[in-house]
Amino acid sequence: MSPLRLYLRAIAAMTAKDLKAEWRSREMFSAMLVFGLLVIFIFNFALEMKPAERGALTGGILWVTLAFTGTLGLNRAFAAEKDRGSLDGLLLAPVDRSAIYLSKTLSSLVIMLATAAVLLPLYSLFYNQNLLLPGILLVILLGCSGYVLVGALLASMAVQARTRDILLPILLFPVAIPLLVAAVKATGAFLAGVNLSEIQPWLLLLAAYNLIFLAVAFMAFDYIVEE
Amino acid sequence: MEPVIQVSRLVKRYGIKPALRGVDFSARAGEFVAVLGPNGAGKTTFLRILASLVKASSGNIRVAGYSLPRQAAEARLRLGMLGHQPMLYGDLTAAENLLFFARLYNLPDAGKRIETVLDQVGLLRQRNDLVRTFSRGMQQRLAIGRAVLHNPQVLLLDEPHTGLDQEACEMLDALLRQVASQQRTIVLTTHDLARAAALASRFDVLSHGKFLASTAADQVPPDGILAFYRQALEAAR
Repeated sequence: MSPLRLYLRAIAAMTAKDLKAEWRSREMFSAMLVFGLLVIFIFNFALEMKPAERGALTGGILWVTLAFTGTLGLNRAFAAEKDRGSLDGLLLAPVDRSAIYLSKTLSSLVIMLATAAVLLPLYSLFYNQNLLLPGILLVILLGCSGYVLVGALLASMAVQARTRDILLPILLFPVAIPLLVAAVKATGAFLAGVNLSEIQPWLLLLAAYNLIFLAVAFMAFDYIVEE
Repeated sequence: MEPVIQVSRLVKRYGIKPALRGVDFSARAGEFVAVLGPNGAGKTTFLRILASLVKASSGNIRVAGYSLPRQAAEARLRLGMLGHQPMLYGDLTAAENLLFFARLYNLPDAGKRIETVLDQVGLLRQRNDLVRTFSRGMQQRLAIGRAVLHNPQVLLLDEPHTGLDQEACEMLDALLRQVASQQRTIVLTTHDLARAAALASRFDVLSHGKFLASTAADQVPPDGILAFYRQALEAAR
């Protein structure tokens, strides 16, 4: 079997293992969902938005909610492996270690998108604002993938520290600012029905962010996880 | 015959604190080496470097003919490790855990191999039970199965008897003897001198990051391992 197929098989095996374990325990998904719902409720009561203001604020509220819930999941992605001592088992696998990073990114993305799939209709219901538009779904896909790409990398660094739960948001939020700004702007623009040509720069920024952090992770992950 | 493990001038520092200070070590196919030493001697660091989990500060290391860290993935394919933690997943069954590792190692005929290994570690009847329902001893037995699943050329064992009951210890010993009889190289760290004497073909004493003494097991009288160990430590003082 070619090294590439072995590598892809290892990614598939690690991702499937994470998702199967999560399906059985629903440890991350339920925590992220409850937290996301709470954030939406709190904003709903705290801001008391007039119908005219909703469009302008929705992008911000939505991405704050997704960023907070995503951080919860990312914190556990590597911490759970570290706590039960199974990270060594993955590091002993006879494949390039970037396979571990990619599998964690994929499983975290699936869980984050599953959480978003429940939160979006509920948000639309509470705020009377339809978010289930193809353009917004594309922004959510690009935004969430960029967020987990950088988040998984930083989570693998933070997991070595005793204060990892605090450390990850402190590391992640500043690095994710360009991504979150682009996602908020693109979401707001799609809701306002702005021309696609005007939204395109934000979408390109999201795509570029994904590519840059994918490349950085490939180069850096092996050094991060090695003692 | 080229040694399966060859280490020369190995140094490992954590910050300014040296954990290993110019270690030389080699082991041939079929050798069962017990690495003995007090707490903090550097035994775990030594095994973790051989397993490519920890990067050496300097020195040359070859495992199964592959140089570390450059050819680490090839070396990892040929080694198995059992550490302090079982490296298992509680939300998966015993068989699913082994199937996951079989996929990572791309084992052909994985189902048959998993059945054989589960039978060897006495967990065939519990194959479909979630690992989180297992006792510490059962988890360690499954961890042993995980470590030998891909029939590794080199087996690294870091105090594997810790937390095991008498029956599980005997099962592990029988399994290790079986692996050793297949010309595999085993490196075991332990504080249990009697167990080391019963299993190993060579004893090496490590203290303060240096190997102090090495002897073939048949050069030591049946009840002489404690004297050999004390003598090695005394000579270094």
